[in-house]
Amino acid sequence: MAECHPVGFQWVMEAKARGATLIHVDPRFTRTSALADVYVPLRAGSDIAFLGGIVRYVIEHEKYFRDYVLAYTNAATIVTEEFRDTEDLDGVFSGLDPETRTYDFATWRYEGTRVPPGPAGEQDQDREDRDSRFEAAATRKAARGEAHGAGGADVPGRARTDETLRHPRCVLQIVRRHFSRYTPEMVEEICGVPRATFLRVCELITSNSGRDRTTAFAYAVGWTQHTVGVQYIRTASILQSLLGNIGRPGGGILALRGHASIQGSTDIPTLFNLLPGYIPMPHALASRDLETFLRAEGTAKGYWGDMRSYVVSLLKAWWGDAADESTDFCFDHLPRLTGSHGTYDTVLAQLHGVCKGYFLMGENPAVGSINARLQRLGMANLDWLVVRDFSLIESATWWKDGPEIETGELRTEDIGTEVFFLPAAAHTEKSGSFTNTQRLLQWHGQAVEPAGDTRSDLWFTYHLGRRIREKLADAGYRARMNLDEDERAVDRDRPVLDLTWDYPTEGVQDEPEAEAVLAEINGRDAEGWPLSSYEQLAGDGSTTCGCWIYCGVHADGVNQADRRKPGQEQDWVAPEWGWAWPANRRILYNRASADPEGRPWSERKALLRWDAERRRWTGPDVPDFPATRPPDFRPGPDATGPDALAGDDPFIMQADGKAWLYAPAGVVDGPLPTHYEPQESPFTNALYGQQRNPVRQILDGDPEYLHPSDGDPGAEVFPYVTTTYRLTEHHTAGGMSRWLPYLSELQPEFFCEVSPELARERGLEHLGWATIISARNAIEARVLVTDRVPPIDVRGRRLHQIGLPYHWGPNGYSTGDAANELLHLVLDPNTHIQEAKALTVDIRPGRRPRGPALLALVSDYRRRAGITEQTGREM
Amino acid sequence: MTVSDHDPAAVFGHDPAAVFGHDPAAGAGYVPGHPPRMGFFTDTSVCIGCKACEVACKEWNAIPEDGLVLTGMSYDNSVRLSADTWRHVAFVEQRRPPVPWGPGGDGRDEPTDVDVLAVAALPTDTPGEWPGAATVTVPPDGPGAPGELRWLMASDVCKHCTHAACLDVCPTGSLFRTEFGTVVVQEDICNGCGYCVPACPYGVIDQRKGDGRAWKCTLCYDRIGDGLMPACAQACPTESIQYGPLDELRQRADARVERLRDAGVPEARLYGDSPDDGVGGAGAFFLLLDEPEVYGLPPDPVVTTRDLPDMWRHVAMAAGGLVGATALACLTGRRGRRP
Amino acid sequence: MGLPRWIRSWPVYRQLTGSDPAGLGKAVRSPRTEALRPRVSTADKVVKSVCPYCAVGCGQNVYVRDGKVTQIEGDPDSPISRGRLCPKGSATLQLTTGPARMSTVLYRRPYAVDWEPLDLDTAMDMIADRVISARLHGWQWEDEHGARVRRTLGVASLGGATLDNEENYLIKKLFTSLGAVQIENQARI
Repeated sequence: MAECHPVGFQWVMEAKARGATLIHVDPRFTRTSALADVYVPLRAGSDIAFLGGIVRYVIEHEKYFRDYVLAYTNAATIVTEEFRDTEDLDGVFSGLDPETRTYDFATWRYEGTRVPPGPAGEQDQDREDRDSRFEAAATRKAARGEAHGAGGADVPGRARTDETLRHPRCVLQIVRRHFSRYTPEMVEEICGVPRATFLRVCELITSNSGRDRTTAFAYAVGWTQHTVGVQYIRTASILQSLLGNIGRPGGGILALRGHASIQGSTDIPTLFNLLPGYIPMPHALASRDLETFLRAEGTAKGYWGDMRSYVVSLLKAWWGDAADESTDFCFDHLPRLTGSHGTYDTVLAQLHGVCKGYFLMGENPAVGSINARLQRLGMANLDWLVVRDFSLIESATWWKDGPEIETGELRTEDIGTEVFFLPAAAHTEKSGSFTNTQRLLQWHGQAVEPAGDTRSDLWFTYHLGRRIREKLADAGYRARMNLDEDERAVDRDRPVLDLTWDYPTEGVQDEPEAEAVLAEINGRDAEGWPLSSYEQLAGDGSTTCGCWIYCGVHADGVNQADRRKPGQEQDWVAPEWGWAWPANRRILYNRASADPEGRPWSERKALLRWDAERRRWTGPDVPDFPATRPPDFRPGPDATGPDALAGDDPFIMQADGKAWLYAPAGVVDGPLPTHYEPQESPFTNALYGQQRNPVRQILDGDPEYLHPSDGDPGAEVFPYVTTTYRLTEHHTAGGMSRWLPYLSELQPEFFCEVSPELARERGLEHLGWATIISARNAIEARVLVTDRVPPIDVRGRRLHQIGLPYHWGPNGYSTGDAANELLHLVLDPNTHIQEAKALTVDIRPGRRPRGPALLALVSDYRRRAGITEQTGREM
Repeated sequence: MTVSDHDPAAVFGHDPAAVFGHDPAAGAGYVPGHPPRMGFFTDTSVCIGCKACEVACKEWNAIPEDGLVLTGMSYDNSVRLSADTWRHVAFVEQRRPPVPWGPGGDGRDEPTDVDVLAVAALPTDTPGEWPGAATVTVPPDGPGAPGELRWLMASDVCKHCTHAACLDVCPTGSLFRTEFGTVVVQEDICNGCGYCVPACPYGVIDQRKGDGRAWKCTLCYDRIGDGLMPACAQACPTESIQYGPLDELRQRADARVERLRDAGVPEARLYGDSPDDGVGGAGAFFLLLDEPEVYGLPPDPVVTTRDLPDMWRHVAMAAGGLVGATALACLTGRRGRRP
Repeated sequence: MGLPRWIRSWPVYRQLTGSDPAGLGKAVRSPRTEALRPRVSTADKVVKSVCPYCAVGCGQNVYVRDGKVTQIEGDPDSPISRGRLCPKGSATLQLTTGPARMSTVLYRRPYAVDWEPLDLDTAMDMIADRVISARLHGWQWEDEHGARVRRTLGVASLGGATLDNEENYLIKKLFTSLGAVQIENQARI
């Protein structure tokens, strides 16, 4: 956190100054470790074993917050008899279909509930044929789990519970058995963390949790970029739920995100699987019409029960008058998914000649995406490419000076890709809002006009859309371009032509007014007045709203994201600075800060309380709960949506109002986190016969090579583990830092970090060069010999880890090879995110070969390791 | 000998406080009622090595880039204070021999630092075990405890000395004492003679290549004159760099040292805080967690003009220099600069 | 009075007649020094902004004079950052006003070995044409199982995550209406 979010780290330092203990767990000793009270180096890729060990400690020593756990989690809920744990099946759960490599959730459900309909649920019982099985698998592969963004899948029906927590099939007992072998000894064996250190961490965390104290977890992509990334976060969720650390001040699991509006870009997603506000993109198999879609994706209880209002209001915002009852609100205007269309699938679609045109807006995949060579080869197969950025990043110039030109794999004169480079405006040259890592929208005003041809992406997208719409509406153009050959051409172009696209523009460059777009996102009632809450949204077409969770950001016609009452004039919650979704709530699930009766768990950790006189929840934060619903409220048997939430159901986005220690549906790789080795690992799985996540995503048609893991012949050719990361002085793929002298001089070159022992083992010299090799590519880096990347003893062997900051590429002021050249495309099956944090490599002294010799080196390594197209792809 | 037990009489032959008091601005002609002496207290115990100070300083003062050199000195690639680096963050990786954590191995005896980079430089075929070439063990007491890696970070800056040799030797009046007691180069006066460079006991002031003039931290004289914080102090995420009236900073620093020592950090000490040290106390002083040399700071800095027999000769010299320089300015209209 | 102004401003005169006989401070202040004002105090306007790098969301003040950004620094009012910035945030002035910024459109023809200039208006028109054709090329009414998909796989987009919400909203809205599904951003990476 000190390394990548230094200004956020000031609050950690404040906490430290007030006596907080800071524990840092990381394979490398960073600037955060330097300030930590306890630093725990562990083997990259072993965190589930570490966290699972703490879960075991908490349960075995009965350190969980019993009242919280009983009232607010699903610990007491009983699971169906058919469920089989990884303990029973040597590392896989019941429901695994080895052929499609997907899980059927049916056996994971609560006893007494049905499997939810639709893509997240069971297969269609009437269609037991092979096709339907594959189709169901395909829907699960379409990142459905992520679509639940702010909540879990539906659990229709009434689950049985055992409040004594003794029933062998109650969730707490299942969790206990699942983690029973994650002992301190096992943690030491898998993670390389000495038992004493591990136990000290357990003691620190448990003694700092409960009624009077809370512990927070902060993480970043060190947890997400794994083939089991979602399950890393799930393990932390289980732990924090057991300890009663969610929805309370000083608690939580805090994602430290790395880009100014990366939270915003998932809320209003430029993501294939989502519509604004975490509404899933319709899937071809479960979304014939709006009703089917809502039945499949909504939940009976909680705020997802109102999904119809959110979806219809969105369709109204996009297609205006064309969206009404008679047109099914233009639901059919939405394209349908049939599987994963993530960014790595797109690269393969480029290589296969399906995807012909590509927009890169402020993104540099030639450096920043894994297997960077494959990214460039994909772009070399396009008809056209549009790059919008500040400078000539590698993704704009690979056709003339990219690494493949040097190796001879590509020849500039043979590359047919037409490339447009359009200079982009900076945040000082346009108005708009960023959503930061704590869900806070903050407005930035335009300070100056962009110079020359530089324009905002708002300008670009608006005017591109305007031109496309004009062309599609022009009969002459249609004839010239043969657009009407298909008899359904009108139907095909209807969604574009029906689109509401009439934003006011301003200034000499006809810049669309960003605040007008924000007003559309916020939504309007039937009279056109701005809405102030998503609770006002209607499913009958009388309201519009571009993103239901952002409803209220333009309440009263005022740009709430631009509120800037100085922090020093406000209390610690500072509710009048910017605007947080939803409804300006700053701590999510904050109903859990009070006990079931509505009293704070302790005065020290008070946030909300039920004011019986005023009959409402009060406190410094906006309640993340129906504001006037009393603690003793019990819904009627037929209640649905938010009305079905009891007065003590704090987890209002969950179908049962509870925090899930066990996920009965929705997480595609298991109801509980399980330690699996990374795709490429120098160790066999010490816990199970199943080596890797059995349902990790391996893309169809992926042309790259994978390494053998421990136990397979050739594994020794790639004996070291590497992990990639950022440095304080640079930003991601470098587009906003490597061109700046003031940042470049602080970290002027790509380097690798190795321990003195590894340096000796491989003859690496401090400040000399090293070549790092995987089956995908080889790169060179200057060598920093340091104790900050300590060797780790794992299962009786000493493991060396190599640190690789991934900021560099051949362009810019500070240059170097891109670490992402080495990485592979095997992904987390829930999020389709790559495993950038743990893979195997070899390292040797000296610079890498130039030209075709580079390819020969990599292919020689593949040959020595006996790698074939099948290597590493077994389940 | 530590910084604070210097005998000032040995340096000046008399008590420096008697010459200037603790108010160097008064000694530079500012009448009573001038602002209090302002300075920096850099608390390295909370420095996270982010280098925001370096960049904020450069952006505010439009300082040229200082060259792209991977030094291998941990994460320090700006090396030292110079004409083009007015804030410099030092990174020191320290390792003590690993000790087994467990029964019988409390690891508390004879912690000896191992120079990681020296070890790295050994030929790869060096026989036998290297000193401490083993995994970092994690003792129960956190960073700094024996057997563990310690990564010290510290942001260095011009000390704005009470007795500023650079100022004493400047023949043009380019270097001057401000009403805040700080020492500043006037870029429209400096003729690039370079006398100040060897005069500085800390090696701070430096001539810019291709320009010749001397440059260093101004303690953001333009900003503080308008009641603003210096750029580095404003940017510093963890308040490692604190700006304020020097008296107040010294009190704050004393309290901080005491608190750290109470919390089991006996090595916490102040550097440059004492008016009795070789430069009469620094306007920018530091809380360190090790000996000054570890951070590249001189252990006993002494104002280099201490041997001048008496102050009047010094004054005469300065005045003479001024006459000469000013006469030259009148003749040429603009002082020549060294290439 | 009496003495010419230039003599009175002569440092030696000030040194010999004033309170700073040693010429260490007051007497030697130069005209530039006397006139020194911080450029943040002489700005025409201060625009409230947010740091464009990571997601902490530090407040920034953008100072503008004569239509140019002259300084960007932390906003002390922000309850998130309290006026502080990291090295990247502190480099925002160089990011936005530095010479590395491109300001003209560049175009590379198929098989060409170098860039050529292109007018922005022409570029926009060409891109619109290409979107229309690539969309058509990759158009699908049904998938291989006959399910209605009504989409194109011909056009894809990958965005950074330092874009504004309003920008992302228009991108998602336009591209979805075109039938594109391969719309992605840094959040997946």
